[in-house]
Amino acid sequence: MSTGQEQRAIRCLVAKVGLDGHDRGAHVIARAFRDAGFEVIYSGLHRAPEEIVQAAVQEDVDVLGISILSGAHNTLVPKVIEGLKSYGAFEDTLILVGGIIPDEDRSDLKAAGVAEVFGPGTPMSETIDFVREHVDR
Amino acid sequence: MSEARVDVDDLVRGVLDGEHRALARAITTIENREPGYRDLVSALHGHTNGTAVVGVTGSPGAGKSTLVDKLAKAYRDAGLTVGVIAVDPSSPYSGGAVLGDRIRMASNVGDMDVFFRSMSARGQLGGLSTATADAITALDAFGKDRIIVETVGAGQNEVDVVRTADSVVVLVQPGSGDDVQMLKAGILEIGDLFVVNKADMDGAATTVSDLREMLHLRDGSTGGGGHHGLETHDSIDGDDDDDTWDPRVLETVATEGEGVDDLIDALDDHRSLLRETGELDERAHTRYAEEIRQLLRADAADLLETELDRHGGIDELADAVQARETDPYSVVDRVLDPLADCVERRRE
Repeated sequence: MSTGQEQRAIRCLVAKVGLDGHDRGAHVIARAFRDAGFEVIYSGLHRAPEEIVQAAVQEDVDVLGISILSGAHNTLVPKVIEGLKSYGAFEDTLILVGGIIPDEDRSDLKAAGVAEVFGPGTPMSETIDFVREHVDR
Repeated sequence: MSEARVDVDDLVRGVLDGEHRALARAITTIENREPGYRDLVSALHGHTNGTAVVGVTGSPGAGKSTLVDKLAKAYRDAGLTVGVIAVDPSSPYSGGAVLGDRIRMASNVGDMDVFFRSMSARGQLGGLSTATADAITALDAFGKDRIIVETVGAGQNEVDVVRTADSVVVLVQPGSGDDVQMLKAGILEIGDLFVVNKADMDGAATTVSDLREMLHLRDGSTGGGGHHGLETHDSIDGDDDDDTWDPRVLETVATEGEGVDDLIDALDDHRSLLRETGELDERAHTRYAEEIRQLLRADAADLLETELDRHGGIDELADAVQARETDPYSVVDRVLDPLADCVERRRE
């Protein structure tokens, strides 16, 4: 019952944004993150970018994983990033995007501030290792 | 995220200035026990106003998150700002956790004046209530008008957490067993208000009457004396113990927002009674006393842990006891005596 020691955990928000009702992938990621010892907050379906921003800021997450399968990533992801910036939360949030993202869109997303894009078939360990490597704890 | 990221003065200033980001950071610092968290809480404590804290507990699926969402909404409609701390258990195996209560916070979308924060138990015994109390301090200093703490009522840890609240709401599902189950769960002692949620379900009326009956017995057994019909549970009668609060049983349908206003009225009544009778101060006093004790124990335990290591570590000492070279009492004396001497000499 020591309260003097540091007890850190990597906090992640797994977010579904926009009109996209498929969250199997988000669930799988949430479970894998939990089993990796992360604290996972799941946003639920059909969230607006502002909701994602509100959650990411209030929960002070290290990682924001956005799952999009609707094709609206070029609109929604920049909105989330803008929102994070307005609260000064962009700098220390690792932003990941998963789902169906065409190759030609990846560089734009990364230029906008996304750290990495993980498409279908990415081994879970790869994503987890990426998070561990890039969240500086 | 580096060590340097916690600048206590900046954080305190940010929290007092009403910056949401700073508040979030402050709670993270508290939760992680990052260097400087003590200074942070110390600095914030002076700015707290004793904001009303409501604890909500109940079994998984009872509808806590949904009710908390509706409560927060009602407070917001009344022009009040709200802080919510939702505590979820963490896996004892991986230490990970899925904190899902946020999904239900649908009524307060995009409203930053509802500050919702998920916390996980992180497996530390006793530490959780300290962390929750410290997080409440941060929300209070930030200037929130109402604070809601939500937790699964499943053990000592959680009971300790709801004790940080002024008013405790226990959520009960219809058909959650007969009255013996309710006794067994030990929920009767902690609640100021009992809410039978999903009151539109079959069996709700039975659950309500079961609860009333059990609470009536509780009154009798605690020497409440001559307390009668629970229909008059909120009336202040001529008894000599009319200062005491008789727990109420309410019905809600949280998904529809039904009964939420009644709940808020009951919470207000409870708080005014606590204030009139001076029990509010008394409760705060008890809480601080417990907090001091808990912190002392934890810090002393850390100090002792260091001393144990200096004496060869717990394993070596245990081996020595096992080999009959020494005994537990002698070991404790050996570790503690120098400390006691120091205390003796330094005492003013």
